[in-house]
Amino acid sequence: MTALVAQPEALAPAMPPVRQLRSIMWRKFLRNRAAVAGALLLAAIAVAALVGPLALPFHYAAGDLREQFQPPSLRHWLGTDEFGRDQMTRILYGLRISLVVGLFAAAINMIVGSIYGGVSGYFGGRIDDLMMRIVEVFYGIPLLLIVMLLMAVLPRGLNSGLQNVFLAIGFVYWLGMARIVRGQVLSLRQQDYVGAARALGASPRRIIGRHLLPNALGVIIVTGTLRIPEAIFIEAFLSFVGLGIAEPRPSLGSLVAASLGNLEAQPWLLFGPALAISLLMLGFNFLGDGLRDAFDPQMTR
Amino acid sequence: MLRYVISRILQAIVTLWVIATITFFLAKFIPGGPYDPEKPPPPAVLEEIEAYYGLNDPVYVQYLKMLGHLAQFDFGPSYRFLDQRVQTVILRHFPVSAALGVLALMLSLGVGVPLGVYAALHQNRPGDWTTMGLAIFGVSVPNFVLGTLLLYVFVHELGWAEIGVVEGPSLADLALPAITLAGFSLAFTVRLTRASMIEVLRNDFVRTAVAKGLTRRRVVWRHGFRNAMLPVLTYLGPLAAALLTGSFVVEHIFHIPGLGAFFVQSLQDDPPAILGVAVFYSALLIGFNLVIDLLYGLADPRIALGGSAER
Repeated sequence: MTALVAQPEALAPAMPPVRQLRSIMWRKFLRNRAAVAGALLLAAIAVAALVGPLALPFHYAAGDLREQFQPPSLRHWLGTDEFGRDQMTRILYGLRISLVVGLFAAAINMIVGSIYGGVSGYFGGRIDDLMMRIVEVFYGIPLLLIVMLLMAVLPRGLNSGLQNVFLAIGFVYWLGMARIVRGQVLSLRQQDYVGAARALGASPRRIIGRHLLPNALGVIIVTGTLRIPEAIFIEAFLSFVGLGIAEPRPSLGSLVAASLGNLEAQPWLLFGPALAISLLMLGFNFLGDGLRDAFDPQMTR
Repeated sequence: MLRYVISRILQAIVTLWVIATITFFLAKFIPGGPYDPEKPPPPAVLEEIEAYYGLNDPVYVQYLKMLGHLAQFDFGPSYRFLDQRVQTVILRHFPVSAALGVLALMLSLGVGVPLGVYAALHQNRPGDWTTMGLAIFGVSVPNFVLGTLLLYVFVHELGWAEIGVVEGPSLADLALPAITLAGFSLAFTVRLTRASMIEVLRNDFVRTAVAKGLTRRRVVWRHGFRNAMLPVLTYLGPLAAALLTGSFVVEHIFHIPGLGAFFVQSLQDDPPAILGVAVFYSALLIGFNLVIDLLYGLADPRIALGGSAER
């Protein structure tokens, strides 16, 4: 992994400009069919989730009881639920929530996780020990368990639970990233250019922000992308067990849970959300795998 | 070695203490108590109830008492199951969950590892593509979706299985839940085994083994497989965690009276149970991780446990 940044230095005399390195990765990304397929799939989902609810003449919370439990038809493409609400509209809205949660988790990872790991790795010694102890306390316990405990006690009713999901995810989600970034920074800080920057009087803040983290960017991006599906899963899981997004707002998790009660008579209520969340996760998994292959220096050969 | 085990156990105790403390104080925020606040019982009864649950002490006394009880594996009275201690409820529900978890673990490794090796040995051929295609679907379909789909197909449509077993589910009753629970981990194991196997087989020592004329079978299994299993061993910790949290939804979907379903219910209104189950689960996983780390040291002599190589 460290070879990624060591490479340009080793080739110092004939070092390719950074732009070229980036375009090599870009080309490798484009050549990876799975990654491109994932990106296109995600783009399609994002467009549908953004535009769809505007184009469809229904509201996610407003139902028509005369149209209760309609099977799929030209008017309601994916049928209606027990309150006569258009299932398609609700799925697209649920996708919006999933996407927002995924982006939020990625941002938390990139910002909190990188800074925490960067500071811990750069300063080392006692600061590192203390910071990593805090991470390790939570590390043996599943993220989901901690998130569920938090969701159980956060006051409900605020913003249909979305705020609580953000809070709970934001609280613990960056722990794994912090560990990985710390490992990267530990090896990076031995590099000569860090010593040079320090000799020139650069502040720790500048060294971490301008030298260490940008050089670990490949790993940060790959890790961040690979862990997006987990965040999306966590939100859907919470909503499935009734701890996440609250009615009348739809979440893909609560839509699957709602279908569970009427599985025999209205199976179509299951198929839509099941397909939607699986495709979304599939898109992020393809994209993450592709990014990993493109950034991994071992694959260069 | 012994020093390492002791320091790990001490670390585990600290972790459990933090979990218990956080859960205790968070649980104080959960609205409601063992009685309905809308219709408070007569003061005398109320006092009895509060004394029974230890609620009339100041919070810090409650906290210290809780820690003292915890050290004796006593989690206090449940709010939901009146007259019962939380640990009694845990021990009653846990065996079913454990059976389900072990079954899913065996499925993940027993099917996942061979499939991963198969894919690695047929790299970039149709067999590999098929396996890996299925595997990426496997890690993409959330467990609660897989479970609900299986429930629909095998219980409602085909009628091959039933749900709603009250006591002592049989092996057949646990088949669908175990598949659901194992799904993600199985697919992940396949991907991990394949990647690890391919990487190991690229090593020079493998080329040497081939060059000196060892049979393919010997090279693959003695040189390749044994080394390729190390990352899979590392994955056992997260695997156990995934099976544990997976049980929360799987037991709910298939109506299995296990600890996972109990925990999700108690999140609504049973603070002692939340604390008890959270600490119980954490202890379980920390213990499991410790065993894995010790095994890891046995499996790979290069790893010096507690050594200063890393720091």
